[in-house]
Amino acid sequence: MDLSLIIMQLFSGIALGAVLVITALGLTIVFGMLGVVNFAHGALFMIGAYAGLYLASLTGSFWWGLLLAPLLVGAFGMLIEFVLVRRLYGRSIDDPLLLTFGLSYILVEGVRIVFGSDGIPFPTPSQLIGVVDLGVGFFPKYRLFVIALVAVVLVALWLTLEKTRVGLIVRAGARDPQIMRVLGVDIGKVWLAIFGLGVGLAALGGVLAGPMRSVNPEMGTLVLAEAFVVTVIGGLGSIVGAVIAGLMVGICISMVALFAPEMATIVMFALMAAVLLVRPQGLFGLKGRA
Amino acid sequence: MTVQSTGEAPPLPQAQRLFAVLADHRVLVSIAALALLPWLLPSKALAVNVLIYGVVVMGYNLLFGYTGLLSFGHAAFFGTGAYLTGIAIGRWGLPWFAAVPLAIAASTALGAAIGTISTRTRGIYFSMVTLALAQLVYYVALQASSFTGGENGLRGFTVDHINLLGVQVNFLDPLNKYYVLMAFAALAIWVQSRILNSPFGAVIEAIRENEQRARACGYDVERCKLIVFMLSGAISAIGGCMSALHLSIVPLDILHYQTSGMIVMMVLLGGARSFFGPFIGAATFLILEDVVSLWTPHWQIVVGAIFVVFVLFLPKGIWGTLLDVLPWARERR
Repeated sequence: MDLSLIIMQLFSGIALGAVLVITALGLTIVFGMLGVVNFAHGALFMIGAYAGLYLASLTGSFWWGLLLAPLLVGAFGMLIEFVLVRRLYGRSIDDPLLLTFGLSYILVEGVRIVFGSDGIPFPTPSQLIGVVDLGVGFFPKYRLFVIALVAVVLVALWLTLEKTRVGLIVRAGARDPQIMRVLGVDIGKVWLAIFGLGVGLAALGGVLAGPMRSVNPEMGTLVLAEAFVVTVIGGLGSIVGAVIAGLMVGICISMVALFAPEMATIVMFALMAAVLLVRPQGLFGLKGRA
Repeated sequence: MTVQSTGEAPPLPQAQRLFAVLADHRVLVSIAALALLPWLLPSKALAVNVLIYGVVVMGYNLLFGYTGLLSFGHAAFFGTGAYLTGIAIGRWGLPWFAAVPLAIAASTALGAAIGTISTRTRGIYFSMVTLALAQLVYYVALQASSFTGGENGLRGFTVDHINLLGVQVNFLDPLNKYYVLMAFAALAIWVQSRILNSPFGAVIEAIRENEQRARACGYDVERCKLIVFMLSGAISAIGGCMSALHLSIVPLDILHYQTSGMIVMMVLLGGARSFFGPFIGAATFLILEDVVSLWTPHWQIVVGAIFVVFVLFLPKGIWGTLLDVLPWARERR
């Protein structure tokens, strides 16, 4: 096995990991702020892929799909928070989880009714078809684009959270919503926006993943499990954790796929089990939370 | 429910006495109700499914309802019970009465493994970790196709008759089959009731109510969680064995995340924390599926919506809400 193949596989792993990072990030931000684990996250990822596909065919351009799908699905997420999840704050921690689980049933079946049960191919945008010479080998342009876009989104997100007033409110709200209320911040609006952001990130992950895997109503199930694994490894609520764990899992999967393909779907769970045995709160999780 | 009411009870009115009798003789009441089930439901197949899922959900309720641990991976035990039964009969040529204990033992061992990892975590983490580990079991079964039949499911073992103490029972007759499987269910119900009535049953409820306080009382909370995880897996595995004997195939879907979700839905519909809830929930879910799928193939959207309504407005499920609403039923659970 030569080195260039391994390096190429490493890049594939990073592209795979980039989608995982974006998706898991949505999950972990919502948990960090609202204390809610969104079991419909996988279903919303799938909705994002369908929305992207639909909008792209409607406007004739992948780019409109990529831009509008996360916004629309994010708005839909805000509706979910406003109408359903909001009623459950203050109740048992399991209740929002069960609610979103029921919701995922409705969403998946709804998509089956509208688009049918069969998978639909998601065409790669024409500008990104083909490969780039990286010096060690040829790499699909689209995957390189995914890595770059995710990096841009991550930097933008980090700057917003760390350098702006809004980010300050969000970080403070995650630490102590009660004090924020006392200081006159309408924390309900912040939660609404954060839930929308989390869902929007899931949808963005869905659109980006579209051309890399086939789009079908069940695609969210595996993604949900993957996002869980990533957030558990990284530490629930930790943004840095989600980024590092996402890349770690992506690289791990594609490396194992190279040497032992039949183990590829299993390795991330083994990785999670190993991390949990050593650090139950995840690599970057705060202690008391796990 | 597990704690016998103490002190001098006031004289019971008629209706209250009925609920008290139900609660006191819950094993016999459950078995009697199940014995009537094939005659109450439209088809024998539906009755068998209620029986099987009732046992699976009952085992799950030990973990979710009584200990307060929301697992999203119980399909792993249901499936392992079924697969091991099938493999032991079909590949190793064991008789059913050896295959079933073997399958239950294997599922308990799996419960020990998954439980060791997952009970290290708390709250929402626990749900995510159990889901992920159950997916691991699913993919292992998918990949080990030479052993499990992979995507096609496990086939090639048919139990057509069962030898009960010298009496040959024709297992192809639906009613015979139902009552043989009901014996398994009766055993599971008795075991469940014994666990709940034991001091251990009181400890797991104490953990659900207040983990810190249970720990302060000197109970080894982690060990209790692990034990209840294994017991819960073992009881659910009995349902798996029943499913394998009933269907003569084990579909791969039995291990799927959807199955775990269905178990969660059933327990919530019927009423977690109650003894009769799991069977009521399983019956409600399966009848609903049966009825709704008559007029639309998309029955899941209806079931999902009903489930959401239950989470929002009836979180105690059918039986739990009934006990709450009827003032004279409140005293005893």
